Amino acid sequence: MKREPLAGPGRGAVRRALLRLLFVVGLPALLVVGWWLASDGSTNVYWPPLRTILKTFPDVWTGERLRADLLPSMERLLGGYAAAAVVGVALGTVIGSYRKVRAVCEPVLEFLRAVPPPVLVPVIMLFAGIGDTMKIVVIASGCVWPILLNTVEGVRAVDSVMSETARSYGITGVARLRSLILRSASPQIFAGLRQALSIGIILMVISEMFAASNGLGFTIVQFQRGFAIPDMWTGILVLGLLGFLLSVVFQLVERRVLDWYHGLRAASRRSP
Amino acid sequence: MRGANAALGAAGLAAFLALGEAVPRLGLIKEDYFPPTSRIAKALGTELADHAFWTALGDTLTGWALGLAIAVSAGILVGVVISVVPHLREATASTIEFLRPIPSVALIPLAVLLYGTELRSVLLLVVYASFWQVLIQVMYGVQDVDPVADETARSYGLGTWARVRHVLWPTALPYVMTGVRLAAAVALILTITAELVIGAPGLGARIALAETSQAVPEMYALIVVTGLLGLLINVGARTVERRALAWHQSVRGEVTV
Repeated sequence: MKREPLAGPGRGAVRRALLRLLFVVGLPALLVVGWWLASDGSTNVYWPPLRTILKTFPDVWTGERLRADLLPSMERLLGGYAAAAVVGVALGTVIGSYRKVRAVCEPVLEFLRAVPPPVLVPVIMLFAGIGDTMKIVVIASGCVWPILLNTVEGVRAVDSVMSETARSYGITGVARLRSLILRSASPQIFAGLRQALSIGIILMVISEMFAASNGLGFTIVQFQRGFAIPDMWTGILVLGLLGFLLSVVFQLVERRVLDWYHGLRAASRRSP
Repeated sequence: MRGANAALGAAGLAAFLALGEAVPRLGLIKEDYFPPTSRIAKALGTELADHAFWTALGDTLTGWALGLAIAVSAGILVGVVISVVPHLREATASTIEFLRPIPSVALIPLAVLLYGTELRSVLLLVVYASFWQVLIQVMYGVQDVDPVADETARSYGLGTWARVRHVLWPTALPYVMTGVRLAAAVALILTITAELVIGAPGLGARIALAETSQAVPEMYALIVVTGLLGLLINVGARTVERRALAWHQSVRGEVTV
């Protein structure tokens, strides 16, 4: 007697969960199977069978290569990205806070942002040679613009009522910066950080394709030049996975940091 | 106010250029690495007089425009279809989330193998990178459709096509325009990158050439050109956006009384 009302919603929930799972993995599975079947008998050198690529994968990306290529790449990416974030948020806060400074800097910043970041690789190679410094500087100088400009916009848009309130409560200095300005600008700052992340990965790969002795970009180009096509494909897969993983990590961090903001938006949407 | 801001902006630009002239002249940075503004300007003049420069500019613009056009039409088409057909959105969400963050430069080796330095390898990279910008915006835009308006259209017996045309498209257009603006910038970056790394003809290849032949002022002049090009594309995209959405803002202005 008691079991029936329990079984109903329970089964419904299981069905819903299964359906959702089907939606999530359905198409990817279909695509992978499609790729597998379509390429299985492939004799085209450039499109090796997926079977071969997957078999090559563990041979290529073993401990040694992970340590020698993936790790340096990640270090450069994180170093450049972190530097860009610090510089971008700091400069952006200053520029956004003072109307005059903003007016003076705006045209120059717009121009610098409009320069496609990869053309900086040859320039920075002149200054910094072809070592790690060059790559970190390249990544930082490309990533800094979206962060900087978004911070400027965010700081500019700080609610004037809140700003006045903070002033009348005597909240100044670091406290004001932390709990008013940076906090209310943080959704914008995160939008900039997200844009910067994909630019950072692009620049990491390109700077390594240009001049390097290790790193993901370098290795993949080596494979391509040596006509090690399945190996090259595994490299493309690794870059894809890396991009995907970094974006997942970013989303997790963003959700944590901007939790209050999403809650606020959801609340204001419910009661317009 | 606007005039004052423009004057301050011009002052900032002048200061930037003056700094570029002074720093190498004072020996703070080696002139071989960072030539003074005047030498870059002179190199730019020589470039502008060179026929090959204009051919390169034409190649770059062709790659950019063609890639953007393909990416925008494909993005809009796929975005609308995915959003309109029931359950297609849920079914494709995970795939899109997976494919989108894959850096387009990962395809460089493949593009080189398949098409060499042809225009097609540029297009492969440009289309892949810009497509997602448009697609995501279209999907957000369609999601924003007012359910009441949609239900009203349904109860008046509008068919799928008419609903797409009269309800969905006007709602999604602002989002689409943002997507196009983002895609235009991304397309330029990828066009120049492809030329720079693969060696497909265009401004990027010319920069690479200037770099290898140690023609430093020319290299800077070409980089300035790419920056101006990016600026023009940004301004142009914003103008198009404002034109296409003129009705939108005016309508919104009337409604929110």
